[in-house]
Amino acid sequence: MFKSFFSERTLPLAATILVCLALYGWGMIQYRGFRDTLVLGNLLTDNAFLIITAIGMTFVILAGGIDLSVGSMIAFVGVLIAVLTRDFGFHPLAAAFVALVIGSLLGGAMGWLIQAFDIQPFIITLAGMFFLRGMAFLINLDSVPISHPFVDAFAAFRIPLPGKGWLSASALVMLAAVAGGIVIAHFTRFGRNVYAVGGDRASAALMGVPVGRTTVRVYALSGFFSALGGVIYAFYTASSYPLAAVGVELDAIAAVVIGGTLLAGGIGFIAGTFIGGLIQGIIQTLIAFDGSLNSWWTKIVIGGLLFTFIVMQRLLTRSFVGLRKAA
Amino acid sequence: MAEPSPAALQGGLLLSGGLRPVQPGGVVLAARGVSKNFPAVRALVAVDFELKAGEIHALLGENGAGKSTLIKVMTGVYERDGGDVVLAGRIIHPAHAGEAQALGISTVYQEVNLIPTLSVAENLMLERQPGRFGFVNWRRLRADARQMLARMGLDIDVSRPLGGFSVAVQQLVAIARAIALNARVLILDEPTASLDREEIDLLFAVMRDLRAAGLGIIFVTHFLDQVYEITDRITVLRNGQLIGTYETAELSQIDLVHHMLGRQLESASHRRKRPATGAPAADLVSVRGLGRRRLMEPLDLEVRAGELVGLAGLLGSGRTETAKLIFGAENADCGEVRVAGAAVDTSSPRRAIRAGFGFCPEDRKVEGIVPELSVRENIILALQARQGWHRPIPRAEQQRLADQMIEALGIATPDSEKPVGQLSGGNQQKCILARWLVSSPRFLILDEPTRGIDVGGHADIITLLRQLCDEGMGLLVASSELEEIVAVADRVAVLRDRRKVAELSGEAVTRAGIIEAIAQ
Amino acid sequence: MNGLSSSRNKAATAGEPGLVAGFLRSRAFWPVLVLLLILMANAFISPGFFEVTIVDGHLFGSLVDVVHRGAPTALVAVGMAVVIGTRGIDLSVGAIIAICGAVMAVLTRDTGFSPAVIMLAVMGTGALCGLWNGVLVAFLGIQPIIATLILMVAGRGIAQMITDGQIVTFHSAFFEALGAGHFAYIPVRVEVALAAVLLLALLLRRTALGLFVEAVGGNAAASRLAGIEARGITVFAYVISGLCAALAGIIIAADIRGADANNAGLWLELDAILSVVIGGASLMGGRFYIGLTVIGALTIQSLTTGILVSGLPPQYNLIVKAAAVLVVLLLQAPRSRALLRARLGGLFGGKRHV
Repeated sequence: MFKSFFSERTLPLAATILVCLALYGWGMIQYRGFRDTLVLGNLLTDNAFLIITAIGMTFVILAGGIDLSVGSMIAFVGVLIAVLTRDFGFHPLAAAFVALVIGSLLGGAMGWLIQAFDIQPFIITLAGMFFLRGMAFLINLDSVPISHPFVDAFAAFRIPLPGKGWLSASALVMLAAVAGGIVIAHFTRFGRNVYAVGGDRASAALMGVPVGRTTVRVYALSGFFSALGGVIYAFYTASSYPLAAVGVELDAIAAVVIGGTLLAGGIGFIAGTFIGGLIQGIIQTLIAFDGSLNSWWTKIVIGGLLFTFIVMQRLLTRSFVGLRKAA
Repeated sequence: MAEPSPAALQGGLLLSGGLRPVQPGGVVLAARGVSKNFPAVRALVAVDFELKAGEIHALLGENGAGKSTLIKVMTGVYERDGGDVVLAGRIIHPAHAGEAQALGISTVYQEVNLIPTLSVAENLMLERQPGRFGFVNWRRLRADARQMLARMGLDIDVSRPLGGFSVAVQQLVAIARAIALNARVLILDEPTASLDREEIDLLFAVMRDLRAAGLGIIFVTHFLDQVYEITDRITVLRNGQLIGTYETAELSQIDLVHHMLGRQLESASHRRKRPATGAPAADLVSVRGLGRRRLMEPLDLEVRAGELVGLAGLLGSGRTETAKLIFGAENADCGEVRVAGAAVDTSSPRRAIRAGFGFCPEDRKVEGIVPELSVRENIILALQARQGWHRPIPRAEQQRLADQMIEALGIATPDSEKPVGQLSGGNQQKCILARWLVSSPRFLILDEPTRGIDVGGHADIITLLRQLCDEGMGLLVASSELEEIVAVADRVAVLRDRRKVAELSGEAVTRAGIIEAIAQ
Repeated sequence: MNGLSSSRNKAATAGEPGLVAGFLRSRAFWPVLVLLLILMANAFISPGFFEVTIVDGHLFGSLVDVVHRGAPTALVAVGMAVVIGTRGIDLSVGAIIAICGAVMAVLTRDTGFSPAVIMLAVMGTGALCGLWNGVLVAFLGIQPIIATLILMVAGRGIAQMITDGQIVTFHSAFFEALGAGHFAYIPVRVEVALAAVLLLALLLRRTALGLFVEAVGGNAAASRLAGIEARGITVFAYVISGLCAALAGIIIAADIRGADANNAGLWLELDAILSVVIGGASLMGGRFYIGLTVIGALTIQSLTTGILVSGLPPQYNLIVKAAAVLVVLLLQAPRSRALLRARLGGLFGGKRHV
C-alpha cells in the first residue's frame, strides 16, 4: 500500500503537498498572523478565480493540450456580465448563466478547430486569447462597476470559521468546483477518457475511446471553468475591466504543473491543482507579510518552482515511460 | 482458466449470436482463396489458411510475404479483393478491427497498444467500465480486472500504472484485454520481439493455457526456436502466395528455411572473385564482443579494406541491430570497435563518422532523408556535418557533387533543388547512398541497400558496391536477399535469433550454405 | 501555399515567361501579395498613406511609420523563425526584452560604462537567456512551449527585480539616437535592425548553420545519423532568438528612454510567431525564411497601423490579428488544404466540361 501510494503517479502530488505544508508551516512559525484562520479564508477567497480556472486547465493539460485563452476569457466574461446587467437589465445570475454558456461554446469551438484541422492547441488558443481580449475591449473600454443587490449580497456573504476567519461565497463556489472537477476526472467515463487520450492518443483511439469528441469536450470544459472563474472574479470585485486577469493563463498553468500534473498529459489530479493554486497564494501572502520583499519575487519564486517541478517530472517520466519506449 | 468470466460469457452471447460453437480441433477461422491487391503489388494471391480451435499456429514468411496483409484482411483493417473469410462456419465481412474483435478475433501487436499512464485495471476495462449514467464503479472495476488477470495466472497490483511494469506484463495485460470479450481467435503479432527468456516463458505458459481453453492462436514471430517450442502447425507465405501448411513436428528446420526463402538455382556466375592482390589485407575494422542486452548478443566481426562482408539472416535475426550498434546509432553496453588496430570511440554516429564510418539505414523515411530539404542539400549533409558549420561547401561545389551523384546513381529528379520527400522511394535511397559516397568513408555500412529499388537500379547499386570495394573501401551489407549477399559478399556473417551463428567465406558463400547455417 | 496550381494557371493565361512566372510560383508570392493588399487597403482607407515627405531632415509618412514600428517585431520574429525552423517555439522573447531593457536602463543610469560596453552586456544577457532555454529543450528534453514558459513567467519578475519595480529612465545621447534618431533620412533603429537581420542571414546562409537548423527541424533522427550535433544546433537557435530579443529590447528601451519591466515587449512573442507563419514557414519546423519573416512582420505592422489610421478603435487590432492567425493556420493545415484542393479541383473540372 505504501509503495503504491508513492508510485510514479503520486510522487509529484506528494511533493506538492509537502511544499504546501512546508510553506504554510514556515509562515506560521515566522508570523503570528499566519496562525489565524483569517489567512486561510483569505487564501481561499483571493485565489478562488485562479483555482477554478486552473481546474479547467488541468483537464486540457491531462488530455495533452494547453489553453492560453483563459485569462482573456475571465476579462471577457466580466465585461459581458457588467454590460448585460447594466444596459440590458439582466439579473446577475442570468448574465452569469449566459456567460457560462458562451464560454463553453467558445471553448468547444477552439477544441473543434484543434481537432478537425489537426493544428497545435497552443496557437489556436493563442488566437482565442487575442480574440477574447479584443471582444472584451470591443464591448467596453473602461472599468465598469457591477452594482446590483445580488452582487452586494454575494460579496458580503460569509460563513465564519473557527478563529477569526471566514469562508466567502467565492471560496464556497471554488470548493464546489474542485469537488465537481474531482468527480468528473475520477468517476466518469469522460474523465477517464481524458486521461487515456493524454496518456497515448493513438492507443486510446485503438481501444475505442472517442478521441475527437473528448478533445472538443475538454476545451469546452476549460471554457466553462474559465468563464466560471470570470463570473467569480466579477462578483468578487463587483466590477469589470477589459484588461483584467492579464497573464492568468500562466498562473493557471503554473498551478496545474506545481499541482503535480504531467505536462505531457495523462497523469495528474484535480486536488493537486487546488493545492498548486494555494501554494501560489501562500507565496504571495508570505511575501506580503515579509514587507521587505517586493511583489516581483512572487513571479521569480513561482518560476523557480515551475522549473523544479518540470525537471522532476522529466526525470520521473524518463524512468517510467522509458520502459515502454525501450521496448 | 477453463471457464470464461460471466462478463465474457455475456459479451459472447450478445455479440456472437448466430455463430456455432466450435469443438476443439474444428476449424475456427479460415481464409479461402483470399486475394488483396495494392497499386502495383499483388499482396495476396488466392491464399488459403485454416486455424483450428485449440491450436497455436505459426504464420511465417520474409518481408513482403503477405503475413500482415493476411492478418489485416482477416481482422477487417483491409477490405479483401477476393475470397472469403470464414469464422466458425460463417462468412464474415468485418469493416474494421473493432468489428472483428466484437466477432471474436482479437489482435495484440508487438508495440503494446495500451496506455502506460493509466492503471492496469483501467487499461483492461477502458470503454467497458462497470457503472451507470457515465459514472465509473471503481470497486467493481478493480475486482473485474483482478479476476481477468487471475485467469491468466497473473497476480499484480491492478491499481498501479501499466507503464511501471515490464513489457512482458504489459503484453499479458494486452492479451487479457483482447480475450476479455468473446475471443475465439487470438492473433499475436511478434509479441516476443523485446522480451527476456523468462518473460517469454511467462507468455508461453499463458498461451498454452489459452490453447487448452480452446482458443485458436495465430503466432507471428521471427524466432525459429520459438516456432518449434510452442506451435502446433506452421503456415508459410512467400511473395503473397501460400507455400504450405505443415505440422510443426514433421517439418525440419532446413525445409522450413527453404520454404521461407524459396528454392532457386545457384547462380555461380555472380560470385565475386577477390582481386588477386597477393597478401590478405589487414583488418580495417574489427568488432569485439559488441552487444546490448535485449537487443543483440555480443558478436565479433572483421572487415578488411577492399572487402565486402554480408550480414545474412531471417527477418528479425538482428541484422539492423548489428549495423546500428557498430555505427553508434544504438548504444552498446559491452564490447569495442577497433579501426586499423586502434580502439575508436563509436558511441555516437558523430564519433563513428569521425572514425571514417558511414551508414545507410534501412528505414529511409524515418532515419534517412530530411524530406523538406532538396536533393542537393540531402546529398551534401554528411560531408558538411563532418567539415563543420564554419567551413561551408561552396555552392558551386555542392552543385557539382550533387549533379555528379545524380548522374552516377541515375537519381530520377528534374533538378537538384527538388525536395527529397517528393521523390520515389528508390530515388530517396540513392540520395542517401550518394550522401555517404560524397563523404568518402573508409568503412560503409548499408542496411538493405536495394530495398524498394527497381531491377535496373538494383544492378546499378550492386555494380557500385563492387566498385567501392575495388577502390579499397570496407563494406558491411545487411540484406534479406540471399542472392544479393551471395552475389557481392566476400564473407558472410550469419545471424539467427539476435546471435551470430556462423561465418562463411570463399567458396562456402552459397545460398545453400547460408540456409544451412540459419537452420542448424 | 495552396495556390500552386492556380498561380500556374495565371502564369499560363498571361503568357508571361521568365521572371514573373517564376515569382508567381515562388513561395514569396503569397506573403508579398498579402502585404501589398493590406497596404493598398490602407491607402484606400486613408488616401495619404503612401505619401512620404521629408520633414526636419528625415523621411516622414505612414509607410515610414510602419517600418519604424515594425523594426523590433521583425528582429524578434527573425530569431523566432530560426527556433521554429528547429521545430521549436520561444515564448520567452517578451520577457527577455523586458530583462534586457532593464539591464540596459540600470547600467546606463548607474554606471559610467560606454554605450558599447553596455550594449555588449545586454546582448550577453540575451544570449544567456537563450542558452537557458536551449539547454532545457536540448539537454533536458523538455517540450519547447513548456521550457520557454518558465522564463516567460519568471522573466518579468527578474526584470522588475533589476529595476527595483520602477520604470527606470535614463539619458544617453547614444541610445536616444538609436531609439528615435535618423541617419541619412532613415530612422537609425530601422538601419540597426536591418543590419542585424542581414548579419544573421549571412551567418546562417553563408555557413552551414542554416542547413543544419533545417535538417534538425526536418528530421532530427536522420540529422543525428548524418553526423550533425543536433543538440548543439538546437541550443544555437535559442541563443540566436535570445540575441535578437536583446537587440529589440535595446531599441524599445532606447525609444522610450527607459525600461518598463511590465509592458516592454508584452505580447510581442505572439506577433513574432504570427510573422513567421505569415512568412510561409510551418510550425512543424524544417524550413525558415528570414526575408519572408520580415515581410510577415511588416504585414502585421501595416495591419496595426492601418487600423490606427482608419479611425477604427484600436481594440479591433486584437480581433483582426486573431482572425489573421486563424486564416493563415487554416490555409496551412494539411487537412484543410486537402479539402480545399478537392473542392477547387471539382470546380475547375466542372468548368472545363462546360
